[in-house]
Amino acid sequence: MSPTGEAEGAARAEEPAGTAGRRAPTVADFTTANEVRWCPGCGDHAILSTMRGLLPALGVAPENTVVVSGIGCSSRLPYYLDTYGIHSIHGRAPTFATGVSINRPDLSVWVVTGDGDALSIGGNHLIHALRRNVNLKILLFNNHIYGLTKGQFSPASKVGTVSPSSPHGSLDYPFNPIALALGAGATFVARTIDTDRRHLTATLTAAAAHKGAALIEIRQGCPTFNNIPRQPRGSGGATTENDPASPELGPIRLSPGLPIVFGPNDQWGIVRDPNTGELVVGNGGDPRVVVHDPGTQNSTYAYALSRLAETALGEAPIGVYRSVSQPSFDQLFQERLATARPGGRGELRSLLTGSDSWVVAG
Amino acid sequence: MPTDQLPERPDGVRRLENVVIRFAGDSGDGMQLTGDRFGAQAAAIGNDVATLPNYPAEIRAPSGTVAGVSSYQLHIADHDITTPGDQPDVLIAMNPAALRANITELRPGGVIILDTDSFTELGLDKAGYEVDPLTDGSLDSYQLFAINLTGLASAAVADHNLKRKDAARTKNMYALGLVSWMFSQPIEDTADYLRKRFASKPDVQAANIAALRAGWIYGETTEAFATVYEVKPAALPPGTYRHMKGNKGIAYGLVAAAHQAGMPLFLGAYPITPASEVLHELSLLTSYDVRSFQAEDEIAAIGAAIGGSFAGMLGVTVTSGPGMALKSEAIGLAVIMEMPLVIVNVQRGGPSTGLPTKTEQSDLLQALYGRHGEAPLPVIAARSPADGFASALEAARIALAYRTPVILLSDSYIANGSEPWRVPELDELPDIGIELATEPNAVDEVGNPVFLPYARDPATLARPLAIPGTPGLAHRIGGLEKQDLTGAVSYDADNHDLMIRTRQSKIDGVDVPPLEVDDPAGPPGSGADVLVIGWGSTWGPIGEACRQVRADGLKVAQAHLRHLAPLPANLASVLSEYHTVLVPEMNLGQLAGHLRRETLIDTVGYNQTRGMPFQVSELASVITRVIQGVVDDDTPEQAAVGGNGAAKVVGDVTARLTAAKAGVGAGGKTTVTHSDATREAGR
Repeated sequence: MSPTGEAEGAARAEEPAGTAGRRAPTVADFTTANEVRWCPGCGDHAILSTMRGLLPALGVAPENTVVVSGIGCSSRLPYYLDTYGIHSIHGRAPTFATGVSINRPDLSVWVVTGDGDALSIGGNHLIHALRRNVNLKILLFNNHIYGLTKGQFSPASKVGTVSPSSPHGSLDYPFNPIALALGAGATFVARTIDTDRRHLTATLTAAAAHKGAALIEIRQGCPTFNNIPRQPRGSGGATTENDPASPELGPIRLSPGLPIVFGPNDQWGIVRDPNTGELVVGNGGDPRVVVHDPGTQNSTYAYALSRLAETALGEAPIGVYRSVSQPSFDQLFQERLATARPGGRGELRSLLTGSDSWVVAG
Repeated sequence: MPTDQLPERPDGVRRLENVVIRFAGDSGDGMQLTGDRFGAQAAAIGNDVATLPNYPAEIRAPSGTVAGVSSYQLHIADHDITTPGDQPDVLIAMNPAALRANITELRPGGVIILDTDSFTELGLDKAGYEVDPLTDGSLDSYQLFAINLTGLASAAVADHNLKRKDAARTKNMYALGLVSWMFSQPIEDTADYLRKRFASKPDVQAANIAALRAGWIYGETTEAFATVYEVKPAALPPGTYRHMKGNKGIAYGLVAAAHQAGMPLFLGAYPITPASEVLHELSLLTSYDVRSFQAEDEIAAIGAAIGGSFAGMLGVTVTSGPGMALKSEAIGLAVIMEMPLVIVNVQRGGPSTGLPTKTEQSDLLQALYGRHGEAPLPVIAARSPADGFASALEAARIALAYRTPVILLSDSYIANGSEPWRVPELDELPDIGIELATEPNAVDEVGNPVFLPYARDPATLARPLAIPGTPGLAHRIGGLEKQDLTGAVSYDADNHDLMIRTRQSKIDGVDVPPLEVDDPAGPPGSGADVLVIGWGSTWGPIGEACRQVRADGLKVAQAHLRHLAPLPANLASVLSEYHTVLVPEMNLGQLAGHLRRETLIDTVGYNQTRGMPFQVSELASVITRVIQGVVDDDTPEQAAVGGNGAAKVVGDVTARLTAAKAGVGAGGKTTVTHSDATREAGR
């Protein structure tokens, strides 16, 4: 094993990294013996289970997978995956992951974080990892609350959240993680739900295939401190017939190439207001209903979609908001190294001697 | 440059053993470049050189004001020197503010070369002169050469199509040419340098070279200068030498360490004065597989470096005091993860933003103790610019051998100062490195091979390091306490106690060479009564002060600590051999306190935090007084620190406060003696 990882990276580019000559990895290969210690009913169990099922399917060997986390309930996840892992310090996971990823293009690097970890104490690192387009898959477990520290409101909590540190209701306006990521120039931004295993798997698979930074907000509740009821699409009662913003509806699902329509009978759609150019809720049969295209280079459209929740919808849509191709920082970093030494490494002694040395004779 | 130093040679060239020259001008006048080039020229002809750049924190402070003065002092000699010199013999002042800011430090009878161009009413006013010093007789005790350098330089470059302002800016090269002539230095190296530096701007290139030559020719052809001086080459040990700055020395030491370890070097850094230059140097070395990453902040910088180490790089981060404060949580993580990591702190004046461009040694306690929890790590310090190289190698050696973060302390004086450095042959470099784990190192209860990331080497207590990509050794580590051997999360009380003691034992057991004492009078116990001990950049001034004191016929021993944690095993026994141990520091006694804690030996402190290195004369005087105190009277409290024969002086703060309260006029004494020295207790 060369510490540079270059040879391996190059050799494995043609086939799934690290799997040559070995049987395909299984769920068991990615599972540690550690007892999983999350509250019963927590969505983290579902995400872990999805990851264990997903990673073998990606064809990356466990030893070539690195999972880096910060601090919080979600950040315990690396202990339960039998890969290389770092359970780091609060908010800083993207920094450690960046140091791993840009030096070792042969590795698949995942970041596991929560809304407090990523959006509050680690906000700076999140936006910079996204702006640089570091090849990290960042799973943001968003339960809108600080769980590990016993229930304080988070930067994702709605205004008025009553918590031990906001007994009279929080006053802070929350972050919209999707809008934040898009603002930071993220090349892959998606939102999914812990209770929908299929959607979760599909979204994480798409993220894994993306070359560059991927931010996946996973919407959760916290069964202990912030119980958000499960709301499968279309489960609502009569109220959903008349109110496109009814929480009973569940989030809109975005599918590439399909018009964005929703409601029990697809009676509503997202249309572009011809006067303002903004996205608004209109009639599902309107010919102007927007056809979802996450590949749009300009992120204005994705941004407008992410903001709809605050004005016209019960919550933000789920699916891939943006997925565009742009060279990753890792790739540029490695190319810079490769082009700097076409003839191999520089010779140390000549560096040390420099061009302005002199000799003192003995 | 005492003129009585050596006889004039028949050819009119006066030989000097050493000379201290200070170039001073406005921040925009290019004084740092000028001084740097003069130093390189002197080094190239074989002089020993020590330099002291000094510049304001603002990139362009208001022009023409004293606040905006930037200077560069050089000490060049025909013998071994270790400091930039106390007082300049020659002052080059490019404007009235530069004169005003520096004249008080010039040796009486010294040489002043000044640019008369800005000695206008406005220029004098900006500098705060009410009367023109050129006409009021205040410079009569110096050898004054008042020359319109700007005007002459502008005229010399008139043919090079420069704007008037740009033409005037060549005055620094004109001055350099003139001073080079005065000190018999060839200017061809500088001309070559200018060719490279301004390769993309042919007009600027030609003009600067023309100004440089014109300055030289001015000296040669005018009769204003009666004497030419010459400093002969110093007798350095044989070898290849180059002029080395501290920041560059550390950068090169890190590159050499990575080379010796067979690992790529990965730097995570965030710009901060005075450490940024290490980032700049390493960023140039991509072709040596040096990977430098400018992070979004200090925390991200060390996070990335730890991630790099985890992935098999030699991880390094470089910063200064405020950055160290931000990194401390991550350093704790590296301690508990037991990851190799080199953390360079180029110290500056603190606390907070403090004095960003000035030097201080006040981060020692932060380095030793500045983390929460029991978080021991090795701390070492560079003692001079050239020593940056060796100390960086040593930091990397310890980090790799013991799987631990190591703090390397430098400071602004070392960072920006320079001196000749003997380039080592590659086979002289130490063997350092790490043998990465590739196989399981144990079996579980049912006989399956397993990897225990916290099983330890019995000799060093270092844990095995397996990097991602190694099959079968995948493991997870982090900030939570680890179970001994397995590294699994453990909240067990006994295990936590065991792990804390184990981590401490590992650091305590780092192999550190014994402390050596320099005392021509004999080994500890049979030579001098007084030992002067220091750490970091005070090595040069302490060493020269000791030599001066010995030249006066007194006995004094010197020792210098490279390893601050763990300390050399023989430290206590060495210290106990001396009647008095004097500890000069550019802080309020941090090493002194550390020594007392670790050896139960009290010392005499001599402390200053003026942002500048100790002056040799100042230290020599303190050492002399301490020695005389020991000889005259066995109670050094009274003698240690006296100034002007006073019993208690060099500014014991308590005494000063008491005196102030009592209305006693202690102010006079304490202002003359601008340093604090405290005798904690007699022995």
